[in-house]
Amino acid sequence: MNIESAKYNVDLEGNNSEIKATIDGTEMYVPIDPDNRHYQAILEWVAEGNTIAEAD
Amino acid sequence: MTTKLRAASFQDGAVTTTKIAADAITNAKIADDAITNAKIADDAVQTENVASTVNLGRRNIIINGAMQVDQRNSGSSYAQINSAYSLDRFRGNSYDGGAATGKFTVIQSSTAPDDFSHSLLVTSSAATSDAANNIFNIEQLIEGFNTAHLNYGSSSAQTITLSFYVRSSLTGTFGGALKNSARDRNYPFTYTINSANTFERKTITISGDTTGTWIGSTNGIGLWVSFGLGVGSNYVGSAGAWAAGDKFSASGATSVVGTSGATWYITGVQLEVGEQATPFEHRSFGEELQLCKRYCNALLGGTNANRLYTYNYNPSYKAYLFYFPVKMRAAPSVTLSTSGGAGTAAIVTKDSMFRYIAAGVTATTAYYLYDFTFDAEL
Repeated sequence: MNIESAKYNVDLEGNNSEIKATIDGTEMYVPIDPDNRHYQAILEWVAEGNTIAEAD
Repeated sequence: MTTKLRAASFQDGAVTTTKIAADAITNAKIADDAITNAKIADDAVQTENVASTVNLGRRNIIINGAMQVDQRNSGSSYAQINSAYSLDRFRGNSYDGGAATGKFTVIQSSTAPDDFSHSLLVTSSAATSDAANNIFNIEQLIEGFNTAHLNYGSSSAQTITLSFYVRSSLTGTFGGALKNSARDRNYPFTYTINSANTFERKTITISGDTTGTWIGSTNGIGLWVSFGLGVGSNYVGSAGAWAAGDKFSASGATSVVGTSGATWYITGVQLEVGEQATPFEHRSFGEELQLCKRYCNALLGGTNANRLYTYNYNPSYKAYLFYFPVKMRAAPSVTLSTSGGAGTAAIVTKDSMFRYIAAGVTATTAYYLYDFTFDAEL
């Protein structure tokens, strides 16, 4: 997967609930779930030295 | 002097079951065609007499093996990118050391063998040269909950049989491989396409892997089934035996992507316990769709097809709730479109539901969501 961007998204309480990411040219909301394949790919992307941007 | 007993010598009912020694009547003593249907009493054959030797229903471990379900593309052509899904439950790799694009397309085809309505068609977009790191394939990753009964990684690992209908513009030896989630145990296989542009059914019987680490009954990858379309030397192995390593196909297999315009069709993919390939198990379309929705639920078609309206959660927010028709394998990733303003979304997805709360949208704004894809694929 080609991860172009990743940024945390918060719930109403202000907690990081999802990651808004652009993967293979598609914008999507990725849950913070270790069983989710996109989240697994984002973790690999982070391990390569990339950073998930904080929410606004 | 020997006296022969004739059938007429026996009174009716004289030869009872208890007078026939165990194993006295062997197959060799029964003439061909001697036992006709008329001689088998009603209800003589009970389920317990056949269950251990005949595969009954619900035997196909593969989902969407008849290629009927195509939620994402609805029959449109898809340019394969690496590790991405086309027809439901089938994904492809397009990798040459990095993500490769423009190598082949995938489409749900109505060209199919007798008894089938669809196939998955791969068309090579260019003549891609062989390279050691190439991985071009179509594969299905089967969830552990659906493969735990194979007992892989133990002495009771079950023999399984893979069968499928395949057709290609090319002939020769083709390959694929099975492997585990850790990608350190693999079983490459080969099959031969004898006639160009003709569907042929292939069967491959695979002894169970008694070693290695297999995940068992979980929602992870239980078994990986790959059909090679052009796999480099780093990812192929010798066919016909389990071995260590990460392989996607067998040595010496024909490369489909090596020939521009080459075609490769597949359908009727079945993986079942046992040494025999039984006829393909046709499940109803509704059943197959429901099975697919555990991994992908796509509600597409534009603004009017699957529009989700809302209620005002409070004066500042609009809330949208959607419960999935089947519990998904994991919390899904979500793609969607919105109409009626930008808003700011606070989204929560679980394996059973999706909640979207939009802020910054006025109460009177007709803000709605549409074109959803919920993805919990492996």
